[in-house]
Formats: sequence, structure tokens, C-alpha cells
Amino acid sequence: MSPQVLIDGIIAGSTIGLGAIGLTLTYAILRFANFTHGDFLAWGAYMTLTVSGFLGGLLAGLGIGDPLGPFSFGWGLPLSLLAGMALTVLLTLGLDKVLFGRLRRRGADAIIIVMASFGASMALRSLLEFIFTANPAYFTRELQIAQKIGMGMRATPDQMLTVGLTAVLVIVLHVFVTRSSTGRAMRAVSENPGLAGVYGLDVQKVIRVTWIIGAGLACFAGVMSGLLVQIRPYMGFDLLLPLFAAAILGGIGSIPGAMLGGLIIGLAEAVTVQVVGAEWRAGVAFVVLVLVLILRPSGLFGRRV
Amino acid sequence: MEYLAYGAFFLTIAMTYALICLGLNVQWGQTGLFNVGVAAFVGAGAYTSGLFTTPAVVDRLGGFDLPIWIGWIAAALVGGVLSFLVGALTIRMRTDYLAITTFGIAITLQLAFQNLEWLTGGVFGMSFIPRAFGELQGRAIAFNMSNLALSAAMVFAVYLLLQHLMRSPWGRVLRAVREDETAAQSMGKNPVSLRLQAFVLGGAIMGLAGAVQAHFIGFIAPANYLPMMTFQVWAMLIVGGSGNNRGAILGAVLVWAIWALSGSIISEVFPADQQARAASLQIVVIGVMLCLILLWRPQGILPEARTSSRHLGKRSDKGPKP
Repeated sequence: MSPQVLIDGIIAGSTIGLGAIGLTLTYAILRFANFTHGDFLAWGAYMTLTVSGFLGGLLAGLGIGDPLGPFSFGWGLPLSLLAGMALTVLLTLGLDKVLFGRLRRRGADAIIIVMASFGASMALRSLLEFIFTANPAYFTRELQIAQKIGMGMRATPDQMLTVGLTAVLVIVLHVFVTRSSTGRAMRAVSENPGLAGVYGLDVQKVIRVTWIIGAGLACFAGVMSGLLVQIRPYMGFDLLLPLFAAAILGGIGSIPGAMLGGLIIGLAEAVTVQVVGAEWRAGVAFVVLVLVLILRPSGLFGRRV
Repeated sequence: MEYLAYGAFFLTIAMTYALICLGLNVQWGQTGLFNVGVAAFVGAGAYTSGLFTTPAVVDRLGGFDLPIWIGWIAAALVGGVLSFLVGALTIRMRTDYLAITTFGIAITLQLAFQNLEWLTGGVFGMSFIPRAFGELQGRAIAFNMSNLALSAAMVFAVYLLLQHLMRSPWGRVLRAVREDETAAQSMGKNPVSLRLQAFVLGGAIMGLAGAVQAHFIGFIAPANYLPMMTFQVWAMLIVGGSGNNRGAILGAVLVWAIWALSGSIISEVFPADQQARAASLQIVVIGVMLCLILLWRPQGILPEARTSSRHLGKRSDKGPKP
């Protein structure tokens, strides 16, 4: 087994971890397993792609469309990523308004909301397939050479940048949730929404913040996966099981747990691809999930946000 | 006459879906267990039956050339065992862990159907699965009609069995557990074991349905058991009315009709190179429909008849007396 497995695992694990953070937060605060979350990644990637399509021409006209330094993309991608994140946030808030929020107010069982998320996920994914067809799309056609980074491992500048940004995002988010008053309110709602409401916390605001964080990270993870691999309508669906497995492995509600869970699953996938064969990659997350449910159903970091 | 043959073909497929729906109704409608991996249990049944009943082939295990009814029984057993394993792992935990685990088993089994070539034939699937009334294959109407009669009889038999079970003390306790677990527990009932029993019964019916479907079509491949199928069956049950066995059957026929009709409209309206793309609109429609029903009419077309016991009134709602 070559040491390259470590790099491949960390890169795949970063995407899974970022996606799993959003999933674990909605799970802890809105109290349902959101099957639509994978499709937020895919929608984020496609919306960013659409914006960057418009922006690309504009920036090229201004003469600043060329790739930045060692990376494969120019200023267009970071700018369209911000727009894509905003659009993904709008998508989730809209979906919460027309679907999940209504069911919640009606006092529907959590499992009914799970089912609605399952229906919405099918509809969203097929809509992507209708609009953009099933053919893969790419942010950039630039080729990148992987550079030696020691101990026989190689990574492209894009890969190193996204892994670094992931680390920064996770640390910022962790500080926000543990130190800010909004973060404390989020933890209170996840412990006991009724009591938090009685105590005067704005539960609706907490729900909005949860969607905003989840959607922003989902878009980032989707764009990351689109940049490093490719963009497909089914990319979110294929990531859904790893996301769930990472969230449960880390412990529902735990942000560091979700990130660590994502990295563990990414590494397990990379090892499987080397040792068993690439065709079994999609089964790894299920094996991890079953092991967690047998050995430690509460996950690595128990129940806290 | 072609219409007659097609009508019988259409209804036979709808009946196999009705069987799956009845299985799901035991799990969801009666017990409140959310199974997101329906396709896995159906596929496991279909592959098991295929393995036992096809003639011997060289490039994979078996082909044991056994009679069809042995395939059916084996399929139901495998569906039941698979459900037991999944249920035993997750049923005691929070309800959505079962959903996530069944979602995982669907993906994993799909992978196994594709990759375990020595067992399943890989992406090319299993062909030459003996068809019921295979000697009539040359005459389309007679063949489709006799298969329709067979599948309808199976739906009816399972329907009668389930109606009987639901009115039995077992069915009553099951609903009691669904409505108020703590109350049922305080009466000395074991909710975990009851849920597991219902999950296994539902899974066995799904396995059987997979075998019935396989023996009608004569060919199975991994692509038949995509999450799409799970999604269709859920739409059927929710549209028809979860908790109501007649609703499950009605929903299966209705949603399958919408599906087949919209499919043929798409093939008429869109040019050949755009059809795959347009077909994704079908899924959007069903997905939106599922959400709208959950929002506006969660009980479906035929709501569940609320009766605590057949001795306590509302007997007219409960169908024929046992």
C-alpha cells in the first residue's frame, strides 16, 4: 500500500466531513435525518458552475480571467463560489419554508419529515438531471501536475488549497459554535427546543442559522468535489451514505466528530480502493456504519453540538 | 387484441408492485418503520429465486433448475432473514437509524448484484429465469392473462392473510406499539420484538414479490433494483393510503398507471436523444406528488380505518368478517 493512500483519503474525507457537519447540525437541531442534504452539495456545485459560466466571460473581458498562480482556476471561481453559497442558502431556506417548516409546525412525526426529505431529494436530483443532463461537467479544463510533498506522496496545488481551506472553515465554525451566543443558543435548542423557547431564545433564528451553515458548507463541499473530481447530478446522492456514516460515527451534533468521521471514512475508502478494488468503494461507508451501530451507537463524541 | 395483452401485462406488473406495497404497509402502515431500502429486499428475493430456478450455467454458481414455487419460498425466506439482520441491528435505536441503515443496505446490495459475478451474473444479470405458464409464451394474450390471474391471486392471498393478522390480537398490539410505545410497554408488551416481527414479515413479502416479478419478466439485472424502485413503492403506499391494505393495492395500480402513461407520453413527445433527459421529469413529478400528499392529505386516498377492536363498532369499515 503506497503512502499516497493517506493523501487520497484526506482529500475525499475533507469533502465528506464538510458535508457531514451540515447534516449533523440539522440532525441535532431540527431533529430529522435529512436525505436532501446530499443534493444540496450537487445543487451548490451546479449553481456555482452556472454563475462562473456568466462570470468567466466577464472577467476574461476585463483581462483578469487567467488562472491564479499555481491553481487551475482564476478569480471567477472564488467569486462564483460565494454566489453559489448564497443561492444554496436560499434553496434550503425556501425548502424549509414550503416543506419542512410546514410539517414541523403541524407537529408531524420526525419520520414523516424524513420521508418528505426523501421525496424532495429524488425530485431535486432529477431536476438537476433534466436541466444539466447526466453528462459530467467541469469547472476548469486546466491540467494540473501533482507535486511531490515528501514521503512519496503527491498532491496538486488545488488539492492542497482545498484541504487547507477545509481546516480553516472547521476551526472557525467550531469557535463560533462554542464561543458565540448564537452558538450557545444552537446548543440549547439541540438539547431541548421547548425549554430553549420558554427561556426566550429565538428558536426560528437558530433554525435559520443552522440551514445557513449547513447549506454554505454543503455548497463548499460540492464545489470542492466538483473541482477535484467532476460535477454530476448524482454526486450528492453518491455522497449521502458516507455523509450519514460520518455524522453517526462522529456522534450526532458534534462538529469535530463529523469532520473526524469524514476523514476516517475517506481514508477507509482510499484503503479499500487500493486493497480490495475500486468497485467496492461505495460499500465502505455501510461497513463503517454497521460497525459503529454495533460497537458504539452514540458515536465517538456522544451528543453535543 | 393487442390492447388486451398489454392491459394484462400492465396489470400483472402493477400486481407485483401491489405485493411489495403490502409488505411495506406491514412495516410502515401498521408499525411505523421507515424502510428506505425496499429495492434491496425485492432484489434479494428476485436473485435468490433466480439462483434456485434457472437451468445450470457455466459462468456463475448454480442454476439449480428447481420448480418455481421453491424459488418463491426461498425468496421469502431470504427477504425475511435480511430484514431480521437489519432490524436486529437498528430497531431498538432512534427511528431514523433504521431509515439510514436500510438506505445503506440498498446501496450495498446493489453493489453486490453488480460485482459478485460468480453469484449474480454481474451487470448482465440473470436470464432464462423460468416464467410461470412458460408453455403459453407463444400466445401473448393467454400468457399474460394466466400470469395476471396468478399474480392477482397472490395479491389476494397476501391481502387476506394480512387482513386476518391485523385484526388478530397481534395486529392490535402492533398498532398499540405504534401509537404509544410506553403505554404498550406498561401493559407488558415487548415493543422491540413486535417491531422486529413486523419488519421481518414485511421483508419476506417484499422478497416474495421480487421472485414473482422475476418469474414474470424472465430476466433480472442490477439496474432493476435502483433507489428509484424504493421511491416508486413509497409513492404508491402514501398515495393509496398507508395503514390500509386496500389503499396499498389501489396506490400500486394508480401510481404505476401514472408512471406508464407519462412514460409513453414522453416517448411520443420528445425526440429520441432527449428521452433519457425527459424521463427524469417523471421522477420530479412523483417526488413533488409525494411531498404534496404528505403536506395536504397525509392519510392518502383510502385512509386507515381507526378501530381498536372488531368487537367495538365501526365493523362495516373493516371488510368481510373473519
